[in-house]
Amino acid sequence: MEAATARKIRVVVAKPGLDGHDRGAKIIARALRDAGMEVIYTGLHQTPEQIAETVIQEDADAVGLSILSGAHMTLVPRVVELLKEQGVDDVLITVGGTIPADDVPQLQELGVAAVFTPGAGTDEIVEFIRAGAQERHARD
Amino acid sequence: MAAKQSAERAGRAEREATFSTISGQSIEPLYGPEDGATDPATDIGRPGSYPFTRGPYESMYRGRLWTMRQFAGFGTVEETNERFHYLLGHGQTGLSVAFDMPTLMGYDSDHARSLGEVGREGVAVDSLDDMEQLFDGIPLGGVTTSMTVNAPAAILLAFYVLVGEKQGVPAEELGGTIQTDILKEYIAQKEWCFPIEPAMRLVTDMIEWCSQNMPRWHPVSISGYHIREAGSTAQQELAFTLKDGFTYVERALERGLDIDDFAPRLSFFFNAHIDFFEEIAKYRAARRIWAREMRETYGATREESMRLRFHAQTAGVSLTAQQPLNNVVRTSLEALSAVLGGTQSLHTNSFDEALALPTEEAVRVALRTQQIIAFESGASNTPDPLGGSWFVERLTDEMEQAAYEYFARIDELGGMVEAIRRDFPQREIADASFEYQRRVDERRQIVVGVNDFTLEDEPETPILRIDPALEGKQVDRLQTTRAGRDTASVEAALADLRRAAATDENLMPPIIEAARARATEGEMIAAMQEVFGTYTESPVF
Repeated sequence: MEAATARKIRVVVAKPGLDGHDRGAKIIARALRDAGMEVIYTGLHQTPEQIAETVIQEDADAVGLSILSGAHMTLVPRVVELLKEQGVDDVLITVGGTIPADDVPQLQELGVAAVFTPGAGTDEIVEFIRAGAQERHARD
Repeated sequence: MAAKQSAERAGRAEREATFSTISGQSIEPLYGPEDGATDPATDIGRPGSYPFTRGPYESMYRGRLWTMRQFAGFGTVEETNERFHYLLGHGQTGLSVAFDMPTLMGYDSDHARSLGEVGREGVAVDSLDDMEQLFDGIPLGGVTTSMTVNAPAAILLAFYVLVGEKQGVPAEELGGTIQTDILKEYIAQKEWCFPIEPAMRLVTDMIEWCSQNMPRWHPVSISGYHIREAGSTAQQELAFTLKDGFTYVERALERGLDIDDFAPRLSFFFNAHIDFFEEIAKYRAARRIWAREMRETYGATREESMRLRFHAQTAGVSLTAQQPLNNVVRTSLEALSAVLGGTQSLHTNSFDEALALPTEEAVRVALRTQQIIAFESGASNTPDPLGGSWFVERLTDEMEQAAYEYFARIDELGGMVEAIRRDFPQREIADASFEYQRRVDERRQIVVGVNDFTLEDEPETPILRIDPALEGKQVDRLQTTRAGRDTASVEAALADLRRAAATDENLMPPIIEAARARATEGEMIAAMQEVFGTYTESPVF
């Protein structure tokens, strides 16, 4: 149950690496904002270090990593690793983009809560993040 | 309007309240003679004559088919050279090179930012050594090559020229295209190395240098494909592309070039999206608008300067990961619309490309799609087969009108460069893409296999996997290049490039000399960034 003064869910939407395909990330950022969440869109060309720093500085409840360059198996584990190193282990991590089905189990084993592949509906993504972030709030 | 009322009177309600193209252009219940051009001779004309609505050439595909030019590249130059030979062996008639993200962004393969990215989205090219091997066994005098690269385009062109030189093919005999279209990078594709003004200077340098040294080469491919993939409407794709083109023309004229010396070598690149008739109207409107503006606004006198010629690629964004064989159908329809729209060159997507670069089998089917259209369907038997269709002529007129409305808005903002600084095209694209996604989410736009006609259990499709070991292999190649070159020559060449960048000299000659000395792409970009600076976007969503 949310308290009347519950703070907005804070989500970082990030573009790791050199990938410039930002259409999906921007749509999700806007949908999350329209759904009442506080959205920090990092913009393009973020290093894993920059993303981890943003997540921490912004006190994010969730981070969505958008990658369409095929570099996800290098970049996502690095972000997860950096967050763990800095003691951040309760941020909801989701991944979106051109992620082959074969790579999904590995990402989930790392701690990625969900991988949204092409065709995933916007509402489904927004609700997943809302539910996941609220769950983390409830645990506090 | 009258037709809908009479349909209702007859008790036949329509399936939708309104019908429109995928871009939102409303479609009438019926088109008739009143929708055709008022004066076909001047408004439509003949193929090969001003205003070129019906095509840039009189005979079109009766004289020569479009070039079948499949975009290809992955891993190192060895894997990509093999794919080039495969495609040429299966009947493609031109080459098209896809470079990896580090190459496109100006980073060498061993740069920290290249980690995990080498060879993933295209082929890794760090130096002239790589470029030589990329075209191993391919005489550059006997093929035309398109290279999709923008911010570092001058460097890749220098590499290509030097490969030709080594093969004994002088620059003036090399035919092909390099994309170079930096304005659409800031708008849509987002691959940049420098701020806008120095980047524009480089574009003008390339147009100038090629007009003097490479008469068979297209120094720029003014593109709408990426603008459309980012989520624009067809009207925005048309308007922003042409406006980018006008901007390059203006910069070249400001440089003192004669319009008829460079305009004939400007080329274009459009998306071939899924709304069949809208795309055909778009291409026809593009030709008519460009011809008119070249003659009336920019003073061109040669027909070659007014003639818009383009490459088309079927829409990547239309492909689905679900039921991938459906993508063969999508690509076929899109390819047919490009042919009926008079494209000069065509890439057809492979059915597996929603999730990966194409396998050999998938790209072969894509190539066969073009061959079936060319040799079996009859679509290439006469120019502009849909010319005179009341529907298509009206759509063409409406597309043209929409483009001019955008030109006016951009002019009000101070031109395209200023419009980009103020995020105008970026915001239009973000809004259009969000609106489209809403339509899909709400099932007002059906995407077969995704929000309707779905399959519970999707079978697995084998996809191309890039071997991670290729990154290490490329880094080794790079280290071999660095070890084998004369360090003093490289340093001197980079120093000269830095010096020239700070003047208004044409940068092609110093870039060629640095390339010849085996300076790497990353080193040349870094040298120019010392003078030009870099670019960071403030994104709008």
